Amino acid sequence: MQWDIVIGLEIHVQLATKTKIFSGSSTAYGAEPNTQANAVDLAMPGTLPVPNEQAFRYAVMFGLAVNAEIERRSVFERKNYFYPDLPKGYQTTQLERPIVGPGYVDLDLANGETKRVRIHHAHLEEDAGKSLHEDFHGMTGVDLNRAGTPLIEVVTEPDMTSAEEAVAFAKKLHSLVTSLGICDGDMSQGSMRFDVNISLKPKGSGTLGTRTETKNLNSFRFMEQAIAHEVERQMDILEDGGVIEQETRLYNGDRDESRSMRTKEEANDYRYFPCPDLLPVEIDDAFIEDARKRLPELPDARKARFREQYGLNDYDAGLLSGDARLATFFEDAVSHGKDAKLTANWIQGEFSARLNAEEKSVSESPISGTQLGDLVVRIADNTISSAGAKKVFDALWSGENDNVDAIIDAKGLKQVSDTGELERMVDEVLAGMPDQVAQYQNEEDPKKRKKMLGGFMGPLMKASKGQGNPKLFNEILIRKLSD
Amino acid sequence: MHNKSVAELSRELESGKISSVELTQQFLDRLKQEDSKYNSFITVTEEQALADAQAADAQRAAGNATPWTGIPFAHKDIFCTNGVRTTCGSKMLENFVPPYDATVTDNFRKAGAVCLGKTNMDEFAMGSSNESSHFGAVTNPWGLSKGEKRVPGGSSGGSAAAVAARLVPAATATDTGGSIRQPAALCGVTGLKPTYGRVSRYGMIAFASSLDQGGAIARTAEDNALMLNVMAGFDPKDSTSLDRAVPDYTATLNEPLKGLRIGLPKEYFSDQLSPAMEEQIRAAVREYEKLGATVKEVSLPNAKLAIAAYYVIAPAEASANLSRFDGVRYGYRCEDPKDLMDLYTRTRAEGFGTEVKRRILVGTYALSAGYFDAYYLKAQKVRRLIQQDFINAFKEVDVLMSPTTPSPAFALGEKTNDPVTMYLEDIFTIAINLAGVPAMSVPAGFVDGLPVGLQIIGDYFSEARLLNAAHQFQQVTDWHQREPQ
Amino acid sequence: MTISREDIEKVAVLARIRVDDEQVSALENDLGNILDLVDQLSAADTESVEPMAHPLDAVQRLRPDEVTETNQREAFQAIAPATENGLYLVPRVIE
Repeated sequence: MQWDIVIGLEIHVQLATKTKIFSGSSTAYGAEPNTQANAVDLAMPGTLPVPNEQAFRYAVMFGLAVNAEIERRSVFERKNYFYPDLPKGYQTTQLERPIVGPGYVDLDLANGETKRVRIHHAHLEEDAGKSLHEDFHGMTGVDLNRAGTPLIEVVTEPDMTSAEEAVAFAKKLHSLVTSLGICDGDMSQGSMRFDVNISLKPKGSGTLGTRTETKNLNSFRFMEQAIAHEVERQMDILEDGGVIEQETRLYNGDRDESRSMRTKEEANDYRYFPCPDLLPVEIDDAFIEDARKRLPELPDARKARFREQYGLNDYDAGLLSGDARLATFFEDAVSHGKDAKLTANWIQGEFSARLNAEEKSVSESPISGTQLGDLVVRIADNTISSAGAKKVFDALWSGENDNVDAIIDAKGLKQVSDTGELERMVDEVLAGMPDQVAQYQNEEDPKKRKKMLGGFMGPLMKASKGQGNPKLFNEILIRKLSD
Repeated sequence: MHNKSVAELSRELESGKISSVELTQQFLDRLKQEDSKYNSFITVTEEQALADAQAADAQRAAGNATPWTGIPFAHKDIFCTNGVRTTCGSKMLENFVPPYDATVTDNFRKAGAVCLGKTNMDEFAMGSSNESSHFGAVTNPWGLSKGEKRVPGGSSGGSAAAVAARLVPAATATDTGGSIRQPAALCGVTGLKPTYGRVSRYGMIAFASSLDQGGAIARTAEDNALMLNVMAGFDPKDSTSLDRAVPDYTATLNEPLKGLRIGLPKEYFSDQLSPAMEEQIRAAVREYEKLGATVKEVSLPNAKLAIAAYYVIAPAEASANLSRFDGVRYGYRCEDPKDLMDLYTRTRAEGFGTEVKRRILVGTYALSAGYFDAYYLKAQKVRRLIQQDFINAFKEVDVLMSPTTPSPAFALGEKTNDPVTMYLEDIFTIAINLAGVPAMSVPAGFVDGLPVGLQIIGDYFSEARLLNAAHQFQQVTDWHQREPQ
Repeated sequence: MTISREDIEKVAVLARIRVDDEQVSALENDLGNILDLVDQLSAADTESVEPMAHPLDAVQRLRPDEVTETNQREAFQAIAPATENGLYLVPRVIE
């Protein structure tokens, strides 16, 4: 049987505010455990929440960026459940009146089509702390530094029909929130977490199947794998005549396995009710207009500008404009490097490869955009060869030296471009390889000749101790061999 | 000295006739001697009090005295006090020493007042007799001479008994459904529950957040005004506190009452009220007429639903407010929990008393799937009807008057086996919390030798008018001066 | 209105309060009586009445995004039942 895949996403986006949603504690990542948890965050008796204006501003900016309605009077509710990382025994969240109402995001698919994914709503809520399961004599340790960090939870309609679409949406959302500056986008630190709702239905059927929810996926790759895995699992069950159970599943990306989360002793009954410690939040026109003025260039607009301004093709423009920090890096580089295409190649090549290898984000890169730009200048003006450029890049990356020209000097990477000297070397090398020269000159097929040309390059580079400009060598060779 | 009011003690200190250290020592001696009869204090902070008194004397010598500088008083043990155990009357917090102050605590500290200790209360302020305290019941000073052990009311029973017994001239208190006014009435003292949002709730351990309000218990209305001067005001740490100017509540105490329009809600003069009680209240109202007030009957048609609405809303809010007591970060934790569920269920079963657990379970039930609309949502709608009754009444009159309680202090143990009978104790006070308006209880006579309280209810933020009305009544009556023997 | 033993047990689990059989019996009676009292609400005509969550007709104030808190872990953990290396300890949590 043929199946339609139906996917909806819930995305937790940590907001990049300085302080927590209901207290003045810092949200900085990586502090010693429980050093950023004050009386309010620890739910000490008698303490009370006071909401952070910036969290609302960021939520409204998000709403505007996804073409959503902004709720003028939003309300906080308590979602009641016990867990050690939830100090109050309830999460303060929004249910009936979320700050961001229905909106949408358009995706550019690989096949050139545009796909619209509708946003059901996005609400503000507080993050929980972290339970650390390393062994403390059979106990679990609880760190509440993260407790109270503001989140928006973005809930989509079940509009996606494949893992590719879901990942494209996730990447687009990542690009949006980082461009807006409302989230640092560091997935490895949990700044964005995805829950995926998946169901299958017979192809063309109008009735949705039973869905499962796979929780807490924190990379695009795991998300793609988890969807593929879950689709296959459901398909196997359905094709064996089984039924899908509505449940929450955990996916283990390292093993490509999933399992049902242990069913609690009771069905969840969160007993939502309006939080009596907080009053309704009214958002007026002035607040919304102020948020609108703060909206930076968004990814779609940036992509168009990259094509226009830098003459990039659609693919390069899309890749470089998606991540706000990568886009900034590119523009810093191009402001020095001038050659946009060459800059784009280096960013997508060596630079991205190195980041991936070391699991670093753009903001953690040891080299700056302007440094890469300086490097591109020296490649473009033939001062260094591409092999030399890699050496310069390595030196920049390791922090050995931060100046491109100084590295070129120190390492003696400058190419020899003095044609007189190069001609002398070519003459010398050709004189020592008479057979090969004859062979070349007797060959009629231009393809084969071109290939044979490479046979002279090795000895030439050796003669020049690697510093001869290969392009010039090539020109001189062709000229001399045709004589 | 122990018979003097805060206002009088303030003048004594100002005149230099006595120092705060001497005054504090006198009160501490009396407290230590007498409180075994009442059990009105959970914690006495003798050393701290004497140190504070010394600092207060220095402050006065430096010319920086406020009316509260050097005045001994007590806090209900629901207000967090930095470095001083704060139990909320519960085993759960038996050893809880908060490293922070409630805003109210901080305000009294800044005013230079000398806190002698923390007063007993119903556990987590849930009760109308002070019998649910983990630290034992409080005995009402009235009736003791006849060998009767009566309740002081609750939940601020310790504060009311301590003031009635002259152990302190004033004490803080809180009121969620009558917890200031009912014990004030039963102990023959004056109590004020301000408008919701007038006094910061920060650091005041929550029972039901949309109903809780901090307030005052003292013997005179004037002292209530002095207390409110310190307690009232906007607090950026409490989202539900209102940013509204605080008048000097003592400034208008002597305004004449001529033309004051008094409404008597007919629903509060029903057959739940004994004829003897009713006679006392009517006599008090006649005093007001003599002072130039006019009286008319009004109606609060939905008042009869107040208890029902309250016993959904308050437990529902409490069920969430008390979830934080889980044995993880502070407070009681059961021995050797075998797993997380065991930690939670045993900590909470052992740390909370019967009444608290009862209310948590009722609240959990009212919020649970399938019952939310019929209970919680319905109660909130009824709450609006009740509020509307008050809004309508205050279009016709300036204040409402009624008995505070249907009967005087009952015997210890009399109602402990029947929670519903206990709940009906608050039948005249509870609607006020649902509406959020301010109200006072003022001593207005005796029935069978036990004090009777007159409840005066005002429109939102009319505390100055209530205090004025109470003060004028106390100029022509001496019920508030009577001392239990 | 009566409340069943089953309901009481379910609610006790939600509220994380252990109750033994004897307590369930007492609660059956007490909670039943309280719910009888509360059932008066059903008589009220609340057609088209807006629920009232709060006595104040006020709106929420928002706080500027400025760090006002300093590390007070030592003071807070001094009153904690069990901590180690700055973490609060609980019986092992299995997800």
